[in-house]
Amino acid sequence: MTTERVSRSALTEVGIGTEAPTSVVLRHVGTRVERMAGNVFILPAVLVVLFLSIFPLFLSLSLSLSRLKFVKGGFEIKFVGLANYHKLLFGSEQNHFLGVLGSPSLLGWLFFLGVMAFLIWRLVRYIRAGSSSVVSLVGRVLTVVLLGSIAWLLAHTLSPEGRPGTVVVTLLYVFIGIAVQYALGLLLAMLTTQRLPARRFFRVVFLLPMMITPVGIAYTFRMMTDTDKGPFQPIWQALGLGLYSWVNDPWGARTAVIISDIWQWTPFMYIVLLAALEGQSVELMEAALVDGANRWQVFWHITLPQILPVSTTLILIRMIEAFKIVDLPNVLTNGGPGTATESMTLHAFIAWRTLDLGGSAAIAYMLLFLVTFLSMSYVNILRRRVVEV
Amino acid sequence: MKVRWFVIFVLLTVLVTLGAPVATVVASGPEKTAPQEKPFEGVEVNVLTFTGPQIAEPLQRRGPDFTKLTGAKINVIVVPFSDLYQKILTDMATGTNSFDAFVFAPQWMVDYIIPGYLEDLTERVQNDKDIQWDDIAPFFRDFSATYAGRIYTIPLDGDFHMVYYRKDLLEKEGMKPPATWDDYLAIAKAFHGKDLNGDGDPDYGSCISKKRGAQAYWFIFSVAGGFIQSLGTSQGAFFDTDTMKPLVDNEAFAAALDIYNETTKYGPPDELNLDVGDTRSLFTSGRCALSMDWGDIGTLAIDPQTSVVQDKVGSVILPGSTKVLDRKTGKLVPCDEKICPYAVDGVNHAPYAAYGGWSGGINAAAEPKVKDAAYAFFSYMAQPAQANVDVTIGKTGFNPYRISQFLNRELWVKAGMSPKAASDYLGAIEDSLNSPNMVLDLRIPQSQRYQQVVLDQAVSQFLSGEITKEQCMKQIYDGWEEITEELGREQQLEAYRGTLGITK
Repeated sequence: MTTERVSRSALTEVGIGTEAPTSVVLRHVGTRVERMAGNVFILPAVLVVLFLSIFPLFLSLSLSLSRLKFVKGGFEIKFVGLANYHKLLFGSEQNHFLGVLGSPSLLGWLFFLGVMAFLIWRLVRYIRAGSSSVVSLVGRVLTVVLLGSIAWLLAHTLSPEGRPGTVVVTLLYVFIGIAVQYALGLLLAMLTTQRLPARRFFRVVFLLPMMITPVGIAYTFRMMTDTDKGPFQPIWQALGLGLYSWVNDPWGARTAVIISDIWQWTPFMYIVLLAALEGQSVELMEAALVDGANRWQVFWHITLPQILPVSTTLILIRMIEAFKIVDLPNVLTNGGPGTATESMTLHAFIAWRTLDLGGSAAIAYMLLFLVTFLSMSYVNILRRRVVEV
Repeated sequence: MKVRWFVIFVLLTVLVTLGAPVATVVASGPEKTAPQEKPFEGVEVNVLTFTGPQIAEPLQRRGPDFTKLTGAKINVIVVPFSDLYQKILTDMATGTNSFDAFVFAPQWMVDYIIPGYLEDLTERVQNDKDIQWDDIAPFFRDFSATYAGRIYTIPLDGDFHMVYYRKDLLEKEGMKPPATWDDYLAIAKAFHGKDLNGDGDPDYGSCISKKRGAQAYWFIFSVAGGFIQSLGTSQGAFFDTDTMKPLVDNEAFAAALDIYNETTKYGPPDELNLDVGDTRSLFTSGRCALSMDWGDIGTLAIDPQTSVVQDKVGSVILPGSTKVLDRKTGKLVPCDEKICPYAVDGVNHAPYAAYGGWSGGINAAAEPKVKDAAYAFFSYMAQPAQANVDVTIGKTGFNPYRISQFLNRELWVKAGMSPKAASDYLGAIEDSLNSPNMVLDLRIPQSQRYQQVVLDQAVSQFLSGEITKEQCMKQIYDGWEEITEELGREQQLEAYRGTLGITK
């Protein structure tokens, strides 16, 4: 009796009134459940992300700081601190990971100084604008340092005495590959928006390479680059190049990988850019043409700004994807000759295959860092441009 | 009447029903005795080896025969060569144990034996008369198959590197088979770019597999051996036996790298991407004047289906050098009686027992019955009735390792070799096997990391022109030192001295 009285008075105090206590409690529970429902519904997704993404991320981080050792009756994982990272950046794997550093040529110095001048100029301009917070200033200084380091690495490893390691080779695959893919994709998309005969047929044909598995593409290119037995053998023989193979040469092999990557991924650029081109407003173009603009002006001032937001996202997606290139160099050249065509992922894969799990995880983390940093910088630099447009 | 018929019918039915179990017992009589004839009825053995087709082929071909004899089913599972070492190790270390037996390189066995993963086969071998253990050549029996006095693997193959040459071409030009590596280069240069098989296309002076991540990383020591090791097997060719310092930062290894690199000039254009299978088919299709390989080319060359060089192939012990390493100074010095006691005509040969021959080992964690069946299978494969046929067939990848295989030349003549070619081929292997200056392959803990990871990578980078000779030597030296330091110099040194038979 006493309890009921107390609870009733308490309910009256909070303004619930004098309704039957059970229904009040039920409604109370109901609102709680309603409030919780959102959390409950997203819980499975959160758990999935935790288990499939966050947990492996931390596990591989701990793995990158350790070394696997086989002992009697099983294996042990021994903590070794930053030894795996030290090995990659300064130790026995430096030649493989970063490359052999030579003194840069004049062109190399010009490239490095040019990049540094541009980065510092941007930083100074940003500071002068005066709207900077401390966090964003630190971020920008970090960007200058890291992009500058990459330019320094490129200038030193691509010099005549140097040799690019897997980091530089991956960067070359990504930037050369994407630039050519974008240019080709845009060209093909522009062509198929014209009223040309059989354009529907070509739209399908241009998409085909994307549908083929990368391993299939790698084998196809392996056959085509084989100057001894491949389909181009008679041509090579006729040219007197029967005793020369371009995949035996480091730069020839890298070019072969880049060409096959371009062949595979141009269709992706093509299909998205085609959609963007077909979706642009016709009125603007017509108005420009009426005003006497030529085709180039229409493209530069009307078409390009309209497809820029799509292009930005497209390049970002391709960039993140391209950093992970592994199947083409693995099948096409097995990372060779030597380690000339090894990408970072292939480097990590080979380290993993030789049971150097710590070293493999360290490479994977360096890749994650590089991709995240470059993607963030890219987004930061381009976001304002896109907004301005 | 009807009632009587009914009674007879019921009686018959009862009789038949009662008689049925008797009949069943009678019928199943032979079936019951079958398991006694087939001791491993219902047992399945999962055997892991590499993709091949060599090595896997004889296991797959003879598996069904073995099943008919014993009832045990043999499942041969294959993985690429570069994955084999790790696959075996991780399968046993993680307790997955999805494979019961393995056919692998005996030089890796120390990594499987120390943690206790491999079954000790000593008693089984001792109680097995059919395997004719004493007929297996002492090197394979006592070195390849044995660790610390116990037997862990059954040899199925004998491995030595040697040099093959086109007898017809050399005879025509009045040239002798190569005795030194300079001879090898001179012959390769003379024939490179000429049409050697009459198809009108230019062919190659020398074909050596140089693919990274394949079975090519042994070849550099086949060249270097003759420059580095001259005082006999116990001198060792990989490390200094007092300090465990790698023997790769000296004039001898530099000379070997130069020669190895020069052979690429006279090789097929994509030699750096060729595995041993590729160079073998190039040689047997008549496209190469010279090749360095295991014993396989000898038997592949007599296969009438694939070979156009039947009876045109000669084989010799690995070429050597007239200058050898002075270990104190790191310089090359001319051979004399003191420094090259085993030299032939002033040339120091150091035949390399690369790999040690594919051998069968058994997972200690497998079921006892499965282990017995796996042992019985390896024994069956190694018994002369099977082995002495398999070693004469090129596609098996198995090379001679039994004394009877060397003595009985009939086997080889029956397989299609001319008597001269047979004595040439077996002579080259016997010369290697009996050489007091044979280079033993590395068999210390984690030898796979020293060779398949560090050596393979550095040499392939050098061959592709990515790094200089000096950088290559430094890379191998530093990489090997790093592993030695990590695993403990004393422990590694003791293991290395142990394999060379050096006692303190």
